[in-house]
Amino acid sequence: MAAEVGGDSGAPKKGKKSGKAHKPKKRPRIDMTPMVDLGFLLLTFFVLTTTMSTPNTMPVVVPPKITEKDEVEPPKISERKVITLLVSRGKIYYYTGIENPELHVTDFSPKTGIRKTLLERRAEVEANYGKDEMIVIIKMMDDAHYRDFVDILDEMAVINQKKYALVDITPEEKELVEEYRKTMEKTS
Amino acid sequence: MAKFKAKKQNIAIDMTPMVDLAFLLITFFMLTVKFRAPESLEVHVPSSIADTPLPAQDIMVISVAPDSSGGGGRVFFGVDSKHTRLAILEKIQERYGYVFDDREKQLFSVLPEIGVAFEQLKAYLNLSEAERKAFDKHTSIPIDSTNNQLGQWILFARYSNPKIRIAIRSDEKTPYPVIARIIETLKDQKVHRFNLITTLEAQPKS
Repeated sequence: MAAEVGGDSGAPKKGKKSGKAHKPKKRPRIDMTPMVDLGFLLLTFFVLTTTMSTPNTMPVVVPPKITEKDEVEPPKISERKVITLLVSRGKIYYYTGIENPELHVTDFSPKTGIRKTLLERRAEVEANYGKDEMIVIIKMMDDAHYRDFVDILDEMAVINQKKYALVDITPEEKELVEEYRKTMEKTS
Repeated sequence: MAKFKAKKQNIAIDMTPMVDLAFLLITFFMLTVKFRAPESLEVHVPSSIADTPLPAQDIMVISVAPDSSGGGGRVFFGVDSKHTRLAILEKIQERYGYVFDDREKQLFSVLPEIGVAFEQLKAYLNLSEAERKAFDKHTSIPIDSTNNQLGQWILFARYSNPKIRIAIRSDEKTPYPVIARIIETLKDQKVHRFNLITTLEAQPKS
C-alpha cells in the first residue's frame, strides 16, 4: 500500500515540474534590488536601536532588624560551620570559627581566590556535618565598593551557596583587619 | 535541466529569498524593539551572572549615581508608571503641604527619575529642561539618618502601589557605606527582599 501511494504522488510531481520550467521565460522580472536596499536599511535601523542588553537583576534577602522589643534572639549557629568574610576593596579577609579568629586574605580571582577558599571550607564542613551545612557570613567593610558587594553575592550564586547572611561589621573585626594589615606591611 | 537555459541572458540573481529574509528580520526587530528609555543618569552597573530579567512593571528603582567630586553617591528615585508617580506626588502634597499645579504634576509624571529633596521639588519642576539636566549632576535625595527622605519616597511608593518591587541600580564605584544606608533604610521600611540591577556576565565553568 505504502509503495503504491508513493508511486502515485511521485508521478504528478514530475509532470508539474516540467510544466513549470516553461513559465519563467515569459514572466516579467521585477528588479528587487531597491527593495532589498530598503529592507536592509530598515533592518540596520532596528538592529541598532534594539536594546540588546536588557538589565538583569540579582535578588538579595537581608535579615530583619532585631530590636529589644522583639524579644527574639538572633539565631545561634555552630562556630564549626561558619566562615566569616570581611570584604574590602577587591580583597577579602576571612576567618573560620568565631573564637580566636585567625585572619587570612584572598581576592576575587576566579581560580585561586575566594571561590577556592569557600569550596575547601564547604568540603570540610560537609565531611563533618553533611550537605548544605556551611554558613557564610558576609560583612562589608567601609572601604569596599558596590562592585565588591555584587561580586561577593555573585560568588555565592556561582558556588550555589544558599546559606549566607549579610551582617554589619563589628569594631573588633575592624581592629583585627587593621592589625593584620600592619603585620603584613612589616613583613613585606 | 531547465535552469541552465537562463545562462544565455545576462546573469540575474533572484533577490526574492533575500527580500523575504530581510523583511522577516525587520518584522522580528520591529516587534521586539523596545526603545531605550531616556535616562537622566549615567550609571555604570557592575556585571554578575544573575540572569533574571528586570520586570518591566510594578518596579521602583533606587539609582545611585557617582558623585562628580569622587566621594559618595547621589541617590535618585524612580517608579515605572505615570499613575504611581502622580499618586506619590499626591502623598507628598498631603504630607508636606506643598501645592503643585497641573503643569507641575504633568511634568512630574513624565520624569523617569527624581533626585531632589522635597523642599526643592517645586523649584526643580519650574526649571527648564537644560537647567534640570545641569541640576541633576549634583543633587541627591537626602539619606542622612537625621533627614532620610528616601524612606519617605519608598513609603509613598508602596502606599501608591502595594505590589511594587524594589531594585537598586548603583554605579559600581559607589562606596559601600552609601549602599549600607540604603539597605538600612529599606530594613526600616520592613523591606527585606530587593533586587540589584546588573549586566550579564558569562557563568564560569565549574
